[in-house]
Amino acid sequence: MKPDDPDVIWLEEPKLNLFERLYLPAIIDGLGVTGRHAVTKKMTRQYPDEPYQPADPLKYRGVHRLNRDEQGRVKCVACFLCATACPAHCIDIVAAEAPWPDREKYPEHFAIDELRCIYCGMCEEACPVDAIELTSFYDLTGLTREEMVFDKEKLLSVFDMTKDREPLRTAGFRLSQVPPEEKEEEEK
Amino acid sequence: MTVLVLLLKIIVVTGIVQLAVAYLILLERKIAAYVQDRIGPNRAGWHGILQPIADGVKFILKEDFVPQSADRALHALAPAIALVTATMGFAVVPFGPTDPSDPSKAQFVIAPGIDVGLLYIFAVSSLAVYAIVLGGWASNSKYSFLGGLRSAAQVISYEIPLGLSVLGVVLLARSLNLERIIDAQADRVWFVFYQPLGFLVFLVAAFAETNRAPFDLPECEQELVGGYHTEYSGMKFALFFLGEYTHIITVSFLTVILFFGGWDLPFWISREQTGFFAGLAKVLVLLVKAFAMIVFMMWVRWTLPRFRFDQLMRLAWKGLIPLGLANVVVTAALVHLARGFGLARGLQVALVVFWVIAFAMLGGLCLWAIRESRRRALLAKSL
Repeated sequence: MKPDDPDVIWLEEPKLNLFERLYLPAIIDGLGVTGRHAVTKKMTRQYPDEPYQPADPLKYRGVHRLNRDEQGRVKCVACFLCATACPAHCIDIVAAEAPWPDREKYPEHFAIDELRCIYCGMCEEACPVDAIELTSFYDLTGLTREEMVFDKEKLLSVFDMTKDREPLRTAGFRLSQVPPEEKEEEEK
Repeated sequence: MTVLVLLLKIIVVTGIVQLAVAYLILLERKIAAYVQDRIGPNRAGWHGILQPIADGVKFILKEDFVPQSADRALHALAPAIALVTATMGFAVVPFGPTDPSDPSKAQFVIAPGIDVGLLYIFAVSSLAVYAIVLGGWASNSKYSFLGGLRSAAQVISYEIPLGLSVLGVVLLARSLNLERIIDAQADRVWFVFYQPLGFLVFLVAAFAETNRAPFDLPECEQELVGGYHTEYSGMKFALFFLGEYTHIITVSFLTVILFFGGWDLPFWISREQTGFFAGLAKVLVLLVKAFAMIVFMMWVRWTLPRFRFDQLMRLAWKGLIPLGLANVVVTAALVHLARGFGLARGLQVALVVFWVIAFAMLGGLCLWAIRESRRRALLAKSL
């Protein structure tokens, strides 16, 4: 930007009189600020003693789960969209022909390395069938690296554990279906 | 018998000082936390009261390494000098009432009757410069070296205003003996009212002497990693820390004794009261005042930004030394007038009245200045 750009505001430093140049008033002012902070409420949370739940569980990005549909089958169709979208390359899928007549593919093997995961939620955004979601469970611990690679059974079990507490996060329509408002506009 | 009493006093004072230093570190962390809207260490014991013990154990068990091409003897000597010189200053600090006319009474000071007490304290704490210089040199690393040099230059520069600022007090009390200085204040008014400028200069110089914020450039982490104690670990590092906090205690005691009357409380406690409970009360008063001063020093640390090194040196040589000299000249003139003309009482009252008015004006100006600067900031923001 050039110096005479109209968006540039030129400010003069305020001229300090003799008394202000001693900085004593400023020091006393500052001592007042720190003193006030010393006696006001503290923000510390005693974490293990006071349990913590995220303010909005539907927005919080914790450990993943694989959703089941109404018949109890895994929703995932092994399209590899989540594995492709993942910035940390932590999703490993092996697809197979689905044993059910209304689907082509299903994941025979679906594993997420929870330690490599950066919990960004890209997989949840990418999934076209709302199969993978991030729950609000953050207290993840494990004793070995191997046990932190969650395979399909583990991810489905996370779903079974949380399906009552946390509803499905997405609107519930699939990409092939057009939402009702847009359908009306098309028909007009 | 006197040797036994002396040994007992030494052991008690040194022990209490070391314990106090350990708990001062906890106090510092707590005050730092509270100012920053959080609570400090609270896991080790009730509200962190066992934290210094945990720190002590940690320091003892840590591996003690010396850099490869460092001078081992000097590396070990530097923290020892820091601690020893700081502790030696306590030999003449009076912790309570002392009565030189009656040697059989308990004297609340380790070495009673030292007539050059103030000079002794300054001399001994000046030796702490050696600790800094040797620590910086012996670590054989550029950060330590620069930190040591800067710190040594800072300490030496601020010795001069420190000495100048107490000359007014010495003139008023007619003695370098710390016990006599307290007695002189007990008879009249606290010297902070006679010598507000001297007090300010002493305060600033004392902050700089102890390498304490806002003058902690040589040891802050943003600048020099750790300054002269970068290459120290374990117990040696702990000794440097202990030395620094002992200096803080010494300087707080000095401020209280020289300017705030020591054990004197104007209307309740006076010089005539002797006896066991009066003595105890006096000790408590002194300790409370020194504690308040220490808390103030910690409060200032978390309020003010750091001085840059050239600003620091300019403040010492071009700011504090002229002010200190002016203070000495004016005080000497006034004292001479008061004694020469025999208007002792009247001039004393005039002196007190003058400085009280000056304080009030100062306070008013402060408030005005704060308001004015707020007004200006608001103006600048609205542009």
